[in-house]
Amino acid sequence: ELAKNAAYIGTPGKGILAADESTGTIGKRLASINVENVEENRRALRELLFTAPGALQFISGVIFFEETLYQKTASGKLFVDVLKESGVLPGIKVDTGTVVLNGTNDETFTQGLDGLAQRCQKYYEAGARFAKWRAVLKIGTIEPTELAIQENANGLAMYSAICQQCGLVPIVEPEILVDGPHDINKCAAVTERVLAACYKALNDHHVMLEGTLLKPNMVTPGSDSPKVAPEVIAEHTVRALQRTVPPAVPAVVFLSGGQSEEEATINLNAMNKLKTKKPWSLSFSFGRALQQSTLKAWGGKAENVAKAQEAFLVRCKANSEATLGTYKGDAKLGEGAAESLHVKDYKY
Amino acid sequence: ELAKNAAYIGTPGKGILAADESTGTIGKRLSSINVENIEENRRALRELLFIAPGALQYLSGVILFEETLYQKTASGKPFVDVLKEGGVLPGIKVDKGTVELNGTNGETFTQGLDGLAQRCQKYYEAGARFAKWRAVLKISANEPTELAIQENANGLAMYAAICQQCGLVPIVEPEILVDGSHDIQKCAAVTERVLAACYKALNDHHVMLEGTLLKPNMVTPGSDSPKVAPEVIAEYTVRALQRTVPAAVPAIVFLSGGQSEEEATLNLNAMNKLQTKKPWSLSFSFGRALQQSTLKTWSGKEENVKKAQDALLVRCKANSEATLGTYKGDAELCEGAAESLHVKDYKY
Repeated sequence: ELAKNAAYIGTPGKGILAADESTGTIGKRLASINVENVEENRRALRELLFTAPGALQFISGVIFFEETLYQKTASGKLFVDVLKESGVLPGIKVDTGTVVLNGTNDETFTQGLDGLAQRCQKYYEAGARFAKWRAVLKIGTIEPTELAIQENANGLAMYSAICQQCGLVPIVEPEILVDGPHDINKCAAVTERVLAACYKALNDHHVMLEGTLLKPNMVTPGSDSPKVAPEVIAEHTVRALQRTVPPAVPAVVFLSGGQSEEEATINLNAMNKLKTKKPWSLSFSFGRALQQSTLKAWGGKAENVAKAQEAFLVRCKANSEATLGTYKGDAKLGEGAAESLHVKDYKY
Repeated sequence: ELAKNAAYIGTPGKGILAADESTGTIGKRLSSINVENIEENRRALRELLFIAPGALQYLSGVILFEETLYQKTASGKPFVDVLKEGGVLPGIKVDKGTVELNGTNGETFTQGLDGLAQRCQKYYEAGARFAKWRAVLKISANEPTELAIQENANGLAMYAAICQQCGLVPIVEPEILVDGSHDIQKCAAVTERVLAACYKALNDHHVMLEGTLLKPNMVTPGSDSPKVAPEVIAEYTVRALQRTVPAAVPAIVFLSGGQSEEEATLNLNAMNKLQTKKPWSLSFSFGRALQQSTLKTWSGKEENVKKAQDALLVRCKANSEATLGTYKGDAELCEGAAESLHVKDYKY
């Protein structure tokens, strides 16, 4: 079942909507459109996304924050049921955030292992079929350190093993922040080192790779470095994956980091156009890069819901095409689609 | 150049002839056909192999022992030139055999790092373009131990890095001996653990995977266990590789272990018939499994050379078809082709 669900998430033409912003993080998003951070508004935003006409056909999974897993539409239908009826697997964020590693220059490890098995069982009963855990690394003069890489890889592996025992497909997310003045080659070297450590740890912990997904950063120059073409990002990214990700992994679902909606889509598209060995499907697990223009179009107003849902459909369709390498860059750009979503030292 | 040569060795329809038996080992082969172990006989045997009409078209590489690298045909042409003219890359065995690991139950590590760079340079000048280093592990109650896995993986990675610096494509050979009463699942688990350790070590040592080859054991039941069908061996083997070998590795060239000529060919064929993700070509690097019937047919007699060369051609062609999944098992079986070549605790 794990392998079946993992493979389904990587279905060509589909990808993941990351709607798992914690209460604090979603508060920042709501504040940016002058909406109060109360449960009803959080619920309304997610309902807007999940009931957007035509959008779910392009989505294979949605990652929830715990609160949302139990929420319902205004008419009383559970969100998980809305998703299931449209062939979308519900997922759940299970980590509880990052904590600074002693003796490092603000490197972190991710918490959430305590009682994880019990929580996963509950989530499975509530309908979740996959989980997500975000490990964070950064590139600095001496970072990431071996300690940070090992601790985060080990945490990801422990979490993954527990998830699989509970029937949840673990998304392995070792995000290397884009912050910094480093070039794309540095990012590639670090990404390869980190991914190699992750897969060694997964092997040590007897995790079945066919029942996992990878959610990595794309390989790009640092945020303080000049941009490069999507083809260059595609080449460096796919090569890094070829060097580290075993073919048994069914799909790689990229995070968007601070990229704008359009950038993220175009980069993903370039990867899928590349003619080279790609034994895993390449898709998306976007949060900001799927919701930005939707959020702006909504502005918290009921009368804007249809317009906002259209904006969301535009991005879903564009990213669906990007997984097939057929995106022509002609998605009607909603306000904000080309806007960088980079926030320094982004904390979820 | 490394990537180009590595990819060439994995050309579908071709594979490697492992003719790198050390003086001691080839002595055992020669004595089995009552031939004296002197340089001229060793030379004559290798000449028989390298000039066998029609055989070289099925080979992309030949691994040589140091002595052979500098030998010539009876008419004075260096063997490396014979190979090059036949489109075959010369390779060189560079390890110096195994030594017991202190405190273990007969586990070993492989020597040969001292002065390796200088030796590799010499070999490159002599025409070698790839190298081979055999690490040996065994399966038993407590084996392989973490120490044995780490030491052998590290040795392979050090050797591989040095080779690449000298322009030689390193064949990474972590042989897990077939000896034992374990079942195929046990072999699979150990193989996956060992290969994961190897690729972590290769990453740690900054080895460029595109310029390497892997020479693993097939995943089979232990020699004291009941045999299974080629399809089963193919499934377990390819799955183990999917779980551990990054797509950047261009080709996997199996060792034959103690398998008979026909077994090895049938198993390789079954793997290439499997419809599943295989981002590396699957080929052969056979020693005994290519030479056994040739040796018996020759028996050291001049008048048998042509018949012996015919026997070699039969096996080369059969294995070539096996790399394409088109072998029909109809190679005229010479005396010895179905004979198991297993020798307990085989020492090269």
